[in-house]
Amino acid sequence: MSDATTKAQGGMLGWIDARFPLTKMWNEHVGEYYAPKNFNFWYYFGSLALIVLVNQLLTGIWLTMNYNPSAEGAFASVEYIMRDVEWGWLIRYMHSTGASAFFVVVYLHMFRAMLYGSYQKPRELIWIFGMIIYLLLMAEAFMGYLLPWGQMSYWGAQVIISLFGAIPFVGEDLALWIRGDYNISGVTLNRFFALHVVALPLALVGLVVFHILALHEVGSNNPDGVDIKKVKGKDGKPKDGIPFHPYYTVKDTFGLGVFLIFFAAVVFFAPEMGGLFLEKPNFEPANPLQTPEHIAPVWYFTAFYSVLRAVPDKFGGVLAMGAAIFLLFLLPWIDRGKVRSIRYRGLGHKINLALFAFAFVVLSYLGLRAPSEVYFGLTVTLWAQIFTVVYFGFFAFLFVYTAFGFEKTKPVPERVTE
Amino acid sequence: MSKFLLVLLATLVSGSAIAAGGYANLMDAEVDVSDEASLQRGAQLFANNCMGCHSAKFVRWNALPEELGVSMELIEENLIWDSGYQAGDVMTAAMRSEDASAWFGAAAPDLSLTARSRGADWVYTYLNSFYVDPDASIGWNNTLLQNSSMPHVLWQLQGVPQPVYEGSGDALKVAEIVVPEGQQGAMTEAEYQQATKDITNFMAFMAEPVRAKRQELGVWVIGFLLVFTILAYFMKREYWRDVH
Repeated sequence: MSDATTKAQGGMLGWIDARFPLTKMWNEHVGEYYAPKNFNFWYYFGSLALIVLVNQLLTGIWLTMNYNPSAEGAFASVEYIMRDVEWGWLIRYMHSTGASAFFVVVYLHMFRAMLYGSYQKPRELIWIFGMIIYLLLMAEAFMGYLLPWGQMSYWGAQVIISLFGAIPFVGEDLALWIRGDYNISGVTLNRFFALHVVALPLALVGLVVFHILALHEVGSNNPDGVDIKKVKGKDGKPKDGIPFHPYYTVKDTFGLGVFLIFFAAVVFFAPEMGGLFLEKPNFEPANPLQTPEHIAPVWYFTAFYSVLRAVPDKFGGVLAMGAAIFLLFLLPWIDRGKVRSIRYRGLGHKINLALFAFAFVVLSYLGLRAPSEVYFGLTVTLWAQIFTVVYFGFFAFLFVYTAFGFEKTKPVPERVTE
Repeated sequence: MSKFLLVLLATLVSGSAIAAGGYANLMDAEVDVSDEASLQRGAQLFANNCMGCHSAKFVRWNALPEELGVSMELIEENLIWDSGYQAGDVMTAAMRSEDASAWFGAAAPDLSLTARSRGADWVYTYLNSFYVDPDASIGWNNTLLQNSSMPHVLWQLQGVPQPVYEGSGDALKVAEIVVPEGQQGAMTEAEYQQATKDITNFMAFMAEPVRAKRQELGVWVIGFLLVFTILAYFMKREYWRDVH
């Protein structure tokens, strides 16, 4: 069935295939898409990200049916959904938990790419599309967080948008342009609502399609980082490849089950996740006249928030935060190494990547704490400065040992290992 | 099965409690929103003592019967003082907020979500932290929320708690609160703590009426998912038999 369009088929499917490439597309992307047979634990998170996206879209549509995007009505309408709308509480918790789950899954998905060099040639564009998805996801989450119109919604947005004000010359005008007002107001809420429910989801879905098309064009990487297309059988199929369906569809179904157990555990038993997923002050309506004692972004932003706070100068902090994200875009070109998988890379790289991951986790933790708190004799600010250096150091070291040939890699096998 | 999940979850949550931020030395309110008797006592105390000033504007009266395990008639007869009550009405306060601002300096906050925004333990501790303070304009003070504009409404139940000071000058602070002999209220100390626990429990219910239901439902959902996942695992193994 490699070229379904030339085959005469009867029935409904034949009728459709003569008019629309249904079987052709199915085969190209699922039925006859050959994926390496050695995918491990880390390879669940791509399909999970897709499923969480669908969850966000569906629950989001249903939330929109009862949500009121106005400064006067937003907070009350969320409580209306929680109390009076049939199953509204479940839809809302699935959406709020889904937001955090999205970042958990995406962070693990990105780390997988770093472990096995999935961003390297010829997969640079997959990585770039992925990074744009990540960037849009941050914007989507940020704007979505304003919508419940709680205290943390309001003041979190106030703080983040004021960061734009630190940009020289145009900053204040830019912040004003984003808010549409001199403070966060109903005007801001309305435009964030429009962007959150229409513009950004459209862009996200489009980019996810690009991400997958680019992946299927060059083929999936694997934990050994070898190119399975190099060794093909007599039938012209990669010897180490297996059709995505049914092999990975059944495997991902199992992965989905495990994921849903964790997801349901949060939704039904700890929807606030101890204040991490739903922050306590957000159960108080937004009050422009009363600043909360401690304004912290939601956990998935706190690593970058730590980088921001680590730099004493405000504009410098904004630049550092921007650089922390932007450098990830350049990863395929910073890493000059030819070996993809961590399994065959040098010890130095293994340590470097481990430190990077550790720094990200520590920075995320520090971003939740007040800057003056003390751990092991050092303040949060000082620790954040140390780990900001570790974070950026990853990219600097990576470039140096790959560009100048300091990395002692191991020989990469011809075929995937079990 | 659900016990294992609860333990698993407890570890996750305790690890994340760092984000909750907070106050030291809060008392444990031991919230249990499935305890109908406690919710009933709490509702009665709340309607009689709190709703003179405080509203709970997101809570409809008719949301109470199901979770409290009582009939709507019983609630209408015993808890609703508003003679103009109509089905679907929310829990409004008797006092107008303009009057509250004039009499107490601040409007009494709506209590629909306080058990979530402050936390149930905070509410419980707050209700147990009042003391007599002649320097305060309302004659009462609170160790948890200094110079709170709320008087000790429950003093007839608890009695008149007196502060025991320690330190001096600027470092003067309330070390302990005791109800002296002869100034006791209608309740013993243990009874008062139970009463405030019941109020807190009812407020936790008001903050999230679906809480008991979602936990009950969650056990079934996770049970289903466990079965589903086990089946999916064996299906995967069967399909992959020829791969390795």
